[in-house]
Amino acid sequence: MRNGPGLFSASWALLRKDLAIELRTRESVPAMALFSVTVFVLLHFGTGRDTFSGGLAAGLLWVTLLLATVLGVNRLFVAEREQGGIDAVLLAPVDRTAVFIGKAAALFLYLVLLEVVAVPAFALLLLAQGSAVAVLPLAGVLLLTDIGLAAVGALVAAMASETRARDLVVPMLLLPLVVPLAIAGASATEPLLGAAGSAPELLRWLGFIGVYDMVFLLLSVAVFDFLLED
Amino acid sequence: MFGRGLRALSVATALAVLVAFGLIFFYAPNDADQGFVQKIFYLHVPLAIVCLGGFIAGGVLAVKFLRSGDRAWDLRSYVAIHMSVILGIAVLITGSIWAKASWGHWWVWNEPTLVVFLIVFLLYCVYQPLRFSIEDSERQARYASVFAITAGVFVPLCFAAVRLAQPLVHPRVLTGAGASLPPSMALTFFVCLLAMTLVYVTLCKVELTSKHSRDMIRRLRRRLEPAGG
Amino acid sequence: MPALPLGTGGTYVAAAYVVFLALIFVYVVVIGARAARLERDLAALTDALDKKEAAG
Repeated sequence: MRNGPGLFSASWALLRKDLAIELRTRESVPAMALFSVTVFVLLHFGTGRDTFSGGLAAGLLWVTLLLATVLGVNRLFVAEREQGGIDAVLLAPVDRTAVFIGKAAALFLYLVLLEVVAVPAFALLLLAQGSAVAVLPLAGVLLLTDIGLAAVGALVAAMASETRARDLVVPMLLLPLVVPLAIAGASATEPLLGAAGSAPELLRWLGFIGVYDMVFLLLSVAVFDFLLED
Repeated sequence: MFGRGLRALSVATALAVLVAFGLIFFYAPNDADQGFVQKIFYLHVPLAIVCLGGFIAGGVLAVKFLRSGDRAWDLRSYVAIHMSVILGIAVLITGSIWAKASWGHWWVWNEPTLVVFLIVFLLYCVYQPLRFSIEDSERQARYASVFAITAGVFVPLCFAAVRLAQPLVHPRVLTGAGASLPPSMALTFFVCLLAMTLVYVTLCKVELTSKHSRDMIRRLRRRLEPAGG
Repeated sequence: MPALPLGTGGTYVAAAYVVFLALIFVYVVVIGARAARLERDLAALTDALDKKEAAG
């Protein structure tokens, strides 16, 4: 082992650095939130409908969130690329896994912030009147899905960071990879937005999202070293 | 040398394909439900199995590359995925034709295997652009391998998600690949599977031989040029 | 041996097999073009080598 800081203190330091940059520049999260609200407006005019309910509402919400995730993933390595910060990180005696954990944690926080804005905005703007939203289970589904999204997003961001057509590669790579999350997320959310309340299906979908999270976390930790090697 | 044994392999492939097509049209009986249209099954399903197998093989070969650092494994992984993408086009077109013939629509969203196949195909279509938008060849091999492994792990996950989303078991012809087929159809199916596997391996070998030759010529030219000029 | 039952979806079966054959033939064309390029490159190399030997 190297004689550097431990895995968690290194990840924490990298995460704090990313959050400090985001707090100063305010680039990713406001853009993601603004983007999703704009998509809601587009959905209204594109479909000519004022409200959505049930499966359609869940599907549109998830598609919007996933598209907003693409924006965040596109910006994830931008500081490193523009200012050459990744070399400094790689020179420091820290485990490469710490870079992954730091980036994924940052993306996770961005996604949570995005949802804090986008989900109430969706409920306000487009959700059918009188829908009984089960807030706590919905928050659970969102948080669990964010873990998987953050893992895949950090991996995709690192994979695309050295390519020429970065902003094209990220959506083409990320969107097919998150299709299972879109299926599971939308199916789990559908009963939570309607009057039906929670359904027995919910646990099955949460289980699936959990498996997805585990698989991609482990996979990313296993392969991330090869993306940063030099 | 990637070309070793290519001639014997090609002959075996040609024979296997001939026997397979002969069995399909002259030996296997017409399906009781679907009639003659079911003959597409012998082409479409083996192609799809070989194609997905090739994607998984690409992932395994990529692991071998990352473990060993030997560029030949990366080349094999690349060719395996490249050929699978090409077969994937045939799988989607034949699947679509089959859907039209037996269900009346060119595309059906409630056939999970077809839907998963489309998602997986879309993902693997990015392999080539990702690979060739990285200039440094050593880094190209590493990043492409990471992609191959990620996508290989993704394939079963995607199957699980789409299967879970099916509300009920919907009547399907190909449950358990040949398990419920009458023996004459099962025999034909397995011969077709063997033939398609051979076609895939032969195409991969041809591609590898041609890519390796091109690389060797490039190296020769590079050795000759500084001395000559 | 059943004749090709074109009325009962035989065209679809034929179309599927034609797609497969077409794909194989397209690949043969690609490989052919590549073989031609290999030959051209090899010829250029041989030329360069001949010149070098004549000069030195």
